Amino acid sequence: MKHRLQFTAKKLVRMALLLLGVSLTAFLLMDASPLDPLRTNIGQAALGTMSPEQVARLEDYWGVNTPAAERYLGWLSSALRGDLGVSLLYRQPVLTVIGQRLAVSVWLLVFAWALSGALGLALGVLAGSRRGRWPDRLIRGTCLILYSTPSFWLALVLLMIFSVWLRVLPIGLSVPIGGTADSVTLLERLHHAVLPALTLSVAGLPGVALHTREKTADVMDSDYVLFSRARGERGILRRHVVPNVLLPAMTLQFASVGEIIGSSVLVEQVFSYPGLGQAAVSAGLGGDMPLLLGITVITAALVFGGNLTADLLYGVLDPRIRRGAAKG
Amino acid sequence: MKNRRKSTLLLLILAALLLCTVVLSGAALARQAVETDFTRKNLAPCVPFLFGTDWMGRDMLARTLAGLSLSIRVGALTACVSAAIALALGTASAALGGWVDSLVSWLIDLVMGIPHILLILLVSLACGRGLWGVTAGVALTHWPSLARLVRAEVLQLRQAPWLQAARRLGTPPERLARNHLLPHLLPQLLTGLILQFPHAILHEASVTFLGFGLPPDQPAIGVILEESMGYLAAGRWWLALLPGLSLAAAVLLFALIGERLRLLLSPATAQE
Repeated sequence: MKHRLQFTAKKLVRMALLLLGVSLTAFLLMDASPLDPLRTNIGQAALGTMSPEQVARLEDYWGVNTPAAERYLGWLSSALRGDLGVSLLYRQPVLTVIGQRLAVSVWLLVFAWALSGALGLALGVLAGSRRGRWPDRLIRGTCLILYSTPSFWLALVLLMIFSVWLRVLPIGLSVPIGGTADSVTLLERLHHAVLPALTLSVAGLPGVALHTREKTADVMDSDYVLFSRARGERGILRRHVVPNVLLPAMTLQFASVGEIIGSSVLVEQVFSYPGLGQAAVSAGLGGDMPLLLGITVITAALVFGGNLTADLLYGVLDPRIRRGAAKG
Repeated sequence: MKNRRKSTLLLLILAALLLCTVVLSGAALARQAVETDFTRKNLAPCVPFLFGTDWMGRDMLARTLAGLSLSIRVGALTACVSAAIALALGTASAALGGWVDSLVSWLIDLVMGIPHILLILLVSLACGRGLWGVTAGVALTHWPSLARLVRAEVLQLRQAPWLQAARRLGTPPERLARNHLLPHLLPQLLTGLILQFPHAILHEASVTFLGFGLPPDQPAIGVILEESMGYLAAGRWWLALLPGLSLAAAVLLFALIGERLRLLLSPATAQE
């Protein structure tokens, strides 16, 4: 137990350092950008008609004249107190914007994460245990094709089929147009989430399935599976293969948080789904530095949290590692 | 599947031919790809215009080929650059050890911690968007997994008895690296390089699609697909379907070759 705590503490320190690195990297990259936030947001023509005082006030608002080091240190000191600043585009605290957006995105992300994980695991075990035969070939071929398909194009094709051609699903947004916020029912929300969630799941599926297939194939080749076969054991798949495949699959699943957030940026853009990913794109295009920085740090924290969970889970689930760690 | 070596070689030659055709025809069609003609706008795919035309009467086949050619060139450049970074950092980390090793592994964790798309967006913004923005973005974010692989491989090779023997015989380090390390590393690196390709192409198209990559006047696949979104509800399916399909086919080709090469070069499956 003591060892486990030490391990966790070490990981947490490393995570904090990495987050510091992420925020500094993101800040430096945004600061290096030659794009003028005034020109992007207000436009050349409007800027030309403004008085110098107005321009100076706007420059102040977008933080053009403050030195970079001062801005970063200022941001860092308030970030440590739990304040990520105010979004320049939305004119609301960054944490409020992220909270609202994440509340919309989270169902999408969780659903896609769970579905691609479970389905990927099942398909991977199926393919790996029947290596070289038709289920394997079919699954592997499909996965390779899906893996090569751009997720945003898949989203476009699904939109064309279900929204334009068959007209059974809405073409965008997360709620129907024209209603007030409290008139929206859960069913309507689900109706709008079907296609984005499906696209995200399909985008995450091939990675999990192909990885699980490799692991399953390795286990099937092992001596203990050969031995239990020779003994004429039944339920080899359930008793020997799945427990051994589950662990790496879990690790991969928790380590893939970043990937699914990455694809959600694209998918939300296609479906005009007002989630975190879409906010990141608007913040990037509009030069909203506090918001983009906030989103980068928060998503990185989610990714590191996923990795940490994977590391801890490994120790909890695998008795070999648990005992090995206790001895060492 | 009977002879994997032969079929892989055949696939490689075919792919190389196809690639050259796409790159050359794309470059040759660059002018045609932006040529507008309002007498032939919004045509569905038909005989002279196999991929149809858009609302400005531009030939979608020419645009798609030009876009693919651009994508493949960007993909080749970025994959090579990121493989070079991976080789340099991976070897340095394994050979020098100590704080260099910790620094490199920290960097790898850092790059992998930010979702790929987001990091590419940030790098692209830092370079002011455009062709070089997206190229730099993709090149600087795709090295970590390959660097890890190279590091592990070099660490293992250093323990190899023949390398130890060569060192005891007083072989100079640069010859050690050239004659004893590189030949073993090369297959891994080559496979890694080819497997980077699909990622690089897809990410370039994605970032361009989001508006952080190539400018709208360039016939890039990302631009084509972004424009097609506005005509989706009007039922002009060909604007999105065919260019995207071509991109997926190109990516699939690279993924297949990479997969085959990996199977062929890895000792565990080479004899299958």
